[in-house]
Amino acid sequence: MFDSVLRDDYQNILNEWLAELQSAKSGSDHRLGVTELRSQGETFLSLLRDASKKGQLASGQGDSWLALQEFLERISSSRAVQGFTSSETAGFVFSLKKFLFAAMRRTSGANAEALAAETWKVTELLDKLGLLTVTTYQKAREDVIRRQQEELLELSTPVVKLWDGVLALPMIGTLDSARTQVVMEALLQRLVETESEIAIIDITGVPTVDTLVAQHLLKTVTAIRLMGADCIISGIRPQIAQTIVHLGVDLQGVTTKANLADALSLALKRLGLTVGKVKQ
Amino acid sequence: MPTVKSDTLSLRSEQDIVNVRQVVRKLAQECGFSLVEQTKMVTAASELARNTVTYGKGGDVLWEMLTEGLKKGLRLSFVDAGPGIPDLELALTDGWTSGGGMGLGLSGAKRLVNEFEIETAPGKGTRVTILRWK
Ligand SMILES: Nc1ncnc2c1ncn2[C@@H]1O[C@H](COP(=O)(O)OP(=O)(O)O)[C@@H](O)[C@H]1O
Ligand SMILES: [Mg+2]
Repeated sequence: MFDSVLRDDYQNILNEWLAELQSAKSGSDHRLGVTELRSQGETFLSLLRDASKKGQLASGQGDSWLALQEFLERISSSRAVQGFTSSETAGFVFSLKKFLFAAMRRTSGANAEALAAETWKVTELLDKLGLLTVTTYQKAREDVIRRQQEELLELSTPVVKLWDGVLALPMIGTLDSARTQVVMEALLQRLVETESEIAIIDITGVPTVDTLVAQHLLKTVTAIRLMGADCIISGIRPQIAQTIVHLGVDLQGVTTKANLADALSLALKRLGLTVGKVKQ
Repeated sequence: MPTVKSDTLSLRSEQDIVNVRQVVRKLAQECGFSLVEQTKMVTAASELARNTVTYGKGGDVLWEMLTEGLKKGLRLSFVDAGPGIPDLELALTDGWTSGGGMGLGLSGAKRLVNEFEIETAPGKGTRVTILRWK
């Protein structure tokens, strides 16, 4: 019955389910677009139909069954990365039950016994697939947590002393207001502690410099100067330099260098230091 | 101009702005944009997304991937139902801000794209549409 329902009532099931998926998705949920969600629904149901056609749902093996498994694994791990909960992830599969059962009721007519037996089979099947999403989700989640821990560790000590009197702040990732604030304060604090004369802010690892980031940078440069120290900004990549110019941001008063090495050599020069080969 | 694909993302928080930048970067790559073109489009999107969140009190961005002949393009519309912009000419003036910004978001974004359009009315919200071709 399940197989015939999937074959003959496919379009109804799909439409009802997609409507439900779409209405259950809150408007403020940016993690997954509506179009993407609908296309995932369509893919899942069509893979389910393929596997059912070839009788691979019952056996739990074969190419279509594998394709179904792989698809679920793929969307589950991407949901884990996008910040979905495990029940939201499994809910994608479970929410289909209602519409499969409704379709089976439509065809079963008065045959209650057959319907009950078939319903049980479908429940078992979808539970198995739901469990698969949770297991995959869990694995991906653990990966995310491990990566985040590594990143946190890196971020906790961003200010490094390059030389006596020279501090460097390698900025990495998104410079949202909160993070920039923390990092900048740390830099100013360390400038005082180490009595450094020159600070280098390296933005090689910053993917986007918009006017907010530029404003943060300019404010920091000003604060550093007010403390009697000098500031060099390094690592402005060519595409970012071009974009800044079009934005109309003026970095003319700021010393910039292509990379950290050039910035350090300028800093050393300003401190009256030279680095050279030892004559033998 | 046929649309290859499109979708809508919501814009309410700082996190949403980061998300929009990442999505736009991916789409720009898919359109075959060079690194400079990608950076320009992502930066313009970042400016307009932040305006939607800060001044428009939140809204949505609709993205569309377009084709025209062999060309591919990316169109983004930032829509909010906020207070609108009372004096558009002033808002588009380099350096003018009603908040504490640099006042270069709108005018700068305009210079970073091929087409730029604003529809706004006081009390009715704002829609800024940008388009960039490969
Ligand atoms: N979506 C919007 N809704 C209402 N006002 C806006 C919107 N976008 C921009 N504005 C107005 O235009 C001004 C200029 O914007 P912009 O050039 O991005 O500079 P900034 O963001 O630094 O203020 C803003 O200060 C604000 O008054
Ligand atoms: Mg702005």
